[in-house]
Amino acid sequence: MLVAGVVWALGFVPPDYQQGHTVRIMYIHVPSAILAQSSYMMMAAAGVVYLVWRIKLADIAVQCAAPIGTGLTFLALITGTIWGKPTWGTWWVWDARLTSTLVLFFLFVGVMALRSAMSGKASAARATAMLALVGVVNLPIIKYSVDWWFTLHQPSSFSLIEKPSMPPEMWVPLLVMVLGFYLFFFCVWMLRIRTEILNREYRSQWVRELVR
Amino acid sequence: MMFESLSAFLDMGGHGPFVWSAYGIALIVFGYNVVAPIRHRKSMLREVRQRLDREAP
Repeated sequence: MLVAGVVWALGFVPPDYQQGHTVRIMYIHVPSAILAQSSYMMMAAAGVVYLVWRIKLADIAVQCAAPIGTGLTFLALITGTIWGKPTWGTWWVWDARLTSTLVLFFLFVGVMALRSAMSGKASAARATAMLALVGVVNLPIIKYSVDWWFTLHQPSSFSLIEKPSMPPEMWVPLLVMVLGFYLFFFCVWMLRIRTEILNREYRSQWVRELVR
Repeated sequence: MMFESLSAFLDMGGHGPFVWSAYGIALIVFGYNVVAPIRHRKSMLREVRQRLDREAP
């Protein structure tokens, strides 16, 4: 799916009448930004599940989502600056959306740092779940930043209720990329979760049988 | 296909360095996200085996 999306985005999408070929960067930037926020939401949801029901697997899910989310947020920011240079004429502005996405990046980093800084497993799990939960306030700020403070970043490219303002030959490959990014995220998330379960349950019978 | 030749494809209407560096960084981030968990899993399996051996009477 990702391969199809990339080939489509690079080779077959018509150049934008204003942006020219730099519009092709959007096929990475938009999906990674969507996934960055979406993965944070999933991480925070897992945090809630841990705080309420004390399910160990939820804590593992929080732990494993953070590094992937960090990478995706980094990718969204860096492709944004690369796109901004030829289009806006600047690498970075302290625009509301850019700043709130940077905050999201630091939230992901903070979740990882907090866990490695705390010694007790249960208390680290509780604290990271809390931090993930508190950070959720940043998500609506990112989402509505383009409407509240109309600065440089343009409004959303996609909406669930309206028809896209782009022609289909531009948004269909974008949708393919977004779905591809989702599948990729779940795939590497599960990979990491499997490893972490092994780490925590190494005394159990099934792990013994697996490693032998 | 939107490009007539390979060089036009690489040039991206003068924005080649921007477009290709963006895709390059994306490839690195994705590659890392695949390679890191697989390597981590291998080392974890090794570590678990050692831990179990140490604890075995």
